[in-house]
Amino acid sequence: MIEFIAGVFTSSNYWFIVLRSTAPILLVTLGAVITEQAGIKNMALEGSMLWAALTGVIVSAFTGSPWLGMLAGILASVTIALILGLFALKLDANAVLCGVALNLFSTGGTVFVLYSLTGDKGISSSLPSKIIPFIKIPFVENIPWIGKVISGQNLIVWLAAIAVVVIHFILNRATIGRRIKATGENIEAAKAAGIDPIKVKFFTLIASGILAGIAGCFLSMGYTSNFTSGIAAGRGYVANAAQVVAGGTAIGAIFASLIFGLTDAMATYLQNIGLPPELIQALPYLVTILGFIVVTLIRDRRESIRKRQLLEGKLPKGSLKPAAVGGGNGAAGGGGAA
Amino acid sequence: MNNIKAKRPGPLASVRLFFTDRDKLEPAVITLLAAIFAILMGVGLIFIVSKDPVTSTKNFLLGPFLRTYNFYYLLVAMVPITFTGLALCIIYQLKYMSLIVDSSFYTGAIVATAIGVRLALPAGWHPAVAMLAAGLAGGLIGTLPAILKIKWRANELVSSLMFNYVFYFFGSFVILYFLRDRNQTILASMPFQKTFALPKLVENTQLHAGFIIAAVFVVLVSIFLFRTKWGYQIRITGANPKFAAYAGIPVASVAIFAHFVSGFIGGIGGAVEMSGLYRAFIWQMNPSYAWDGVIVAMLARKNPKFVPVSAFFLAYMRVGADFMSRRGDVAFEFITLLQGIIILILASDKIANYFKARRLRRNALAAEAALADGATGISGVAGKGGRA
Repeated sequence: MIEFIAGVFTSSNYWFIVLRSTAPILLVTLGAVITEQAGIKNMALEGSMLWAALTGVIVSAFTGSPWLGMLAGILASVTIALILGLFALKLDANAVLCGVALNLFSTGGTVFVLYSLTGDKGISSSLPSKIIPFIKIPFVENIPWIGKVISGQNLIVWLAAIAVVVIHFILNRATIGRRIKATGENIEAAKAAGIDPIKVKFFTLIASGILAGIAGCFLSMGYTSNFTSGIAAGRGYVANAAQVVAGGTAIGAIFASLIFGLTDAMATYLQNIGLPPELIQALPYLVTILGFIVVTLIRDRRESIRKRQLLEGKLPKGSLKPAAVGGGNGAAGGGGAA
Repeated sequence: MNNIKAKRPGPLASVRLFFTDRDKLEPAVITLLAAIFAILMGVGLIFIVSKDPVTSTKNFLLGPFLRTYNFYYLLVAMVPITFTGLALCIIYQLKYMSLIVDSSFYTGAIVATAIGVRLALPAGWHPAVAMLAAGLAGGLIGTLPAILKIKWRANELVSSLMFNYVFYFFGSFVILYFLRDRNQTILASMPFQKTFALPKLVENTQLHAGFIIAAVFVVLVSIFLFRTKWGYQIRITGANPKFAAYAGIPVASVAIFAHFVSGFIGGIGGAVEMSGLYRAFIWQMNPSYAWDGVIVAMLARKNPKFVPVSAFFLAYMRVGADFMSRRGDVAFEFITLLQGIIILILASDKIANYFKARRLRRNALAAEAALADGATGISGVAGKGGRA
């Protein structure tokens, strides 16, 4: 068994699959992170991905261009995010419930549209849809192990990496990042500071729509080459769990989505040694829940230790300032969550 | 307790009250309008995609009543969504969002299948034992997201959706590896024992005794939520958890207990569906009745009394859509699309309170006008304010 696992972890093919299955999760997780930072939960990410995947396939089939397909897919995904915003922010609806509603709307709606166009409910294979190109990197592809892992990945895998940088920049460097965090932490204070929270939340919803749109297009125009009903397979929900593991940062999102990617890729291998596929399919979701619990446990423990040290005055001099700030943040976070 | 009961108006008086009390009438009207809007939108969609829209529309709207078979099928279709709708009423009274009842229902069906296939019990006892076991399993599963939320502040909807995948795959694993009928080409469990089947209510139809069990549960859950200490605690906790905690209500235990009851109902629903409708477990995928439960509970405004009405409405739409899609070119799935739209509308406070807001605004304007008129202003304002 150990030998088998060691074999998997050293195989370049395994890591190739890890990158491939992490990319879509990473993109949506970033979307979940940015909306959550502004204090709105986007549970409609699953629906956004479904519409993006379907629209991408249809438009690329009719125009013959994967790029137009992807653009249309992103627009469809953003539309779903905007509908969520309209109902949750303008019509005072419960955002989570709207997410549930939009996911129902999308699961049914995508199949309805697919059937009306092709006469098939399951798969879009009768549409001549296009594929977003895979990228072979000259020179790098000849490096023995690394070349096999990173060369030949889909363009969107690279886009996911770029998205991490962009979202990290938006959250930490730009003015808009400060506005997002202010809105998420204390909406009244944000208003007092002259920030329009509704505008900020709509901005994050659009950003998450774009990210989920790219991820959705990848699923039907790269990861596989067709739209199949329910193609998002809960990735939009996983993103909302991974977002907690990520701790609200873009860098954290990499690790959070890797948990899913590593298990998802491992599942293919475990199946080969005769473990029941049903149990293996359940694994990524189970591991996501576990990862989520472990992260909260660690965070809670660290907070309580820090608080105790602060109370007993046992903090070493050098760390007094950052620790006090951290403790304060922790307490505020706890208050917000409770 | 007694004098509260004494003040309760009789049935006729309460109907009259309902129609004169605008705060109660208006939400009902909005709900009705949402339902009508959804049906109109469905008809619109049919006219966009169908080659023979008139026949399709007729089949969709009248299909459930065109044949007796269809009508009985509608009654049968009410059963599972009544159970999940009731289960979600409890969750929504608590102001939680979890959809774990999907796992409870599915696992309940799996547990019932195991008992229906493996155990030899006398008729009558057999489905009863299966329901109890399925209920317990469903109840235990139901508590998971609540525990996660209370202990680790995990969003209950997110964790319940994860669990739904886990329990779905685990359930199909159990069927495949322990209960599968290897003579069948499709995925199916071995056939149930004869003693497992619930009796039919009407011969040569699908209508089974589960319909009565569901009706009994409507009454039981209504009593549970509105006439018992537990139900009171659940509603108070949902309305204002801080107040409930100050009042000495053990908020965490109440939430977990409510989830257990909700999951219990879901589990029983799964078992009833198995023993009432099937001769073996033949679900190729999860029917996800919990998602239908969302709309049933919302149309009923979280009140178990109205669950049969909203379950009837949803079953009517589904049976109509099923009948239409079998005889035409419109996909059955458009019903799920409409469900999403109805939930969106019902979830919006601004839409729900539209009439009330308009009334208040008018009264305020009238009061202002009266003030501007001067003289009798004060008494006029007081009178109008009181009525609003």
